[in-house]
Amino acid sequence: MQQASAERPRVSQSRQPAPLSPRASGAGLAWIGRGFLLILAAVVALILARNLLDNPRLFAQIVISGLQLGFVYALIALGYTMVYGIVRLINFAHGDVFMVGSFVSFFAVSRFSLHTWPETAFPGMSPDLSTLIGAISVILLSMVVCAILAVVIERVAYKPLRNAPRITALITAIGVSFFLEFFGALNFVFSPRFIPYQRPFDVYAYYIGGSGIGMVTPSNPAPPDSITFSSIFVIIVITSILMQALLQWLVKRTKMGKAMRASAVDKPTTRLMGVNVDRVISFTFAIGAAFAGLAGVLFAIAYPSIHTQLGILPGLKAFVAAVLGGIGSIPGALVGALIMGQAESLTAGYISTPMRDAVAFTILIVVLLVRPTGIFGEPTGEKA
Amino acid sequence: MLLEINDLHVYYGAIHALQGVSFNVNEGEIVTLIGANGAGKSTTLRAISGLLTPRRGTIRYKDRDITSMSAEDIVRLGVCHVPEGRRIFAPLTVRENLELGAYTRKDKAEIDKTMQRVFASFPRLRERINQLGGTLSGGEQQMLAMGRGLMSRPSLLLLDEPSMGLSPLLVEEIFRIIKEINAQGTSILLVEQNALMALSVAHRAYVLETGNIVLQGSARDMRENPQVKAAYLGVA
Repeated sequence: MQQASAERPRVSQSRQPAPLSPRASGAGLAWIGRGFLLILAAVVALILARNLLDNPRLFAQIVISGLQLGFVYALIALGYTMVYGIVRLINFAHGDVFMVGSFVSFFAVSRFSLHTWPETAFPGMSPDLSTLIGAISVILLSMVVCAILAVVIERVAYKPLRNAPRITALITAIGVSFFLEFFGALNFVFSPRFIPYQRPFDVYAYYIGGSGIGMVTPSNPAPPDSITFSSIFVIIVITSILMQALLQWLVKRTKMGKAMRASAVDKPTTRLMGVNVDRVISFTFAIGAAFAGLAGVLFAIAYPSIHTQLGILPGLKAFVAAVLGGIGSIPGALVGALIMGQAESLTAGYISTPMRDAVAFTILIVVLLVRPTGIFGEPTGEKA
Repeated sequence: MLLEINDLHVYYGAIHALQGVSFNVNEGEIVTLIGANGAGKSTTLRAISGLLTPRRGTIRYKDRDITSMSAEDIVRLGVCHVPEGRRIFAPLTVRENLELGAYTRKDKAEIDKTMQRVFASFPRLRERINQLGGTLSGGEQQMLAMGRGLMSRPSLLLLDEPSMGLSPLLVEEIFRIIKEINAQGTSILLVEQNALMALSVAHRAYVLETGNIVLQGSARDMRENPQVKAAYLGVA
């Protein structure tokens, strides 16, 4: 009780006119909820602190696996947040575009050996360089296929509904999502089976700590007090950060970026500037899907078993990440995704693996109750 | 003739908003459309700039039929619509707003020249160049909306209620600038509720009532017209 009253002035200040907030009615209940959340947060912090002190090595290991997940979610979340920013649509098919990205790279590698084209074409090339070019080719192919897929989805399924009520487009998005999952599960498409994924390049494990940094090999196992990480972890982190920077530049500095931001605010007036808004929307879908395709390839390399429903959970969690960061905000997508990655990984590490999904969606509920606009979201009124 | 509108019919669903409107704008003119709320003034502008598609009638610009052309293509031909309520892009800076106005143009040096000309007309925009559009005052936003329109270097500027919600002093300034823009060779179609001001700068005027043109003539004649005086100028 004391805690709640001490909190009162701060909270009422930060309580902007949040729209559609269920707290608006029954302020008393809200305080109970808030107090409960504070206690929960305190308990979580206590458990984490104790575990950190107990076994810092394990803690760091869990944080690393959370970072890996978080940076994959960040790539997916960008697509949700960009598309929402411009057409106010939660594109639930986005996670399935991510799945298609995994499958495109699977076919490129396992059926067509696209990743080996540099050494076939230029036999004298150094193996490292040819692996690099081969892997980039596979990734680019996935990105392009996903971009085209998303543009087609937008044209066929969403564009005709642009002036329809928003719920119509949302339901359509769910329909498109199911279509991709179950059409993909047909035998002549991707098949409904779990498929072992052949990586376009080998992944190595490294250790750090104990006696410095080294590669983990059968003859050189990681020292017991070291932390291990894999090369794909490094690749995911670097790629994701690079793409965030690229997107920031694109949105802030280029003509297309300005047109995107203008379209997000006011489409008719943007058209009066001579901007083809339909093209801007297509471009937004394409960029978001290309990032999802990239994430799909990296995810499959990191967790090499793929199936047609692989996109559902990462897609939903990236959606939660986008909401948590403040949907429509690009930095918000990254921050939200990193929090989601940690939440999932810490839960799996310290509570139990099945709990991680429950925690992920509990975060969604808590965000919607406490701060529906997310961390970076502005408390602007919803336009119907 | 720069702009020629013939028997224009526009519907909003079942509502017949424009019921056969015909008028024209000559090269170098300021023409004003005056009329009460809901007479169809803004609808006319929206039909010309391509935001609305008329059901019947033709819009010709520089002897070219633009009736069913898309808004983004019409801008490229040199028709620029400064919409009612300013409609600036609030989360973008003043510079970015102006740059978007020049979206259809490629030559960076030329765009910069136009921007300098806009700043000459609206010195306050230069002071605010890195400020977000949404932080400007109403008058400044109107200046930004007009400046943004000028960035496409239009031959025909469609101005919708530029004086709305501004103090008398600012209204004077905006109208002075409208005359200045016109003197530099841009033809203007001006929609206004402030008929007195509109008639003081315009060459010709049309009076619109419930989707029909009911009166037309030179601005001077209209100022003397007893009907106009009674209905729009507030003098008996």
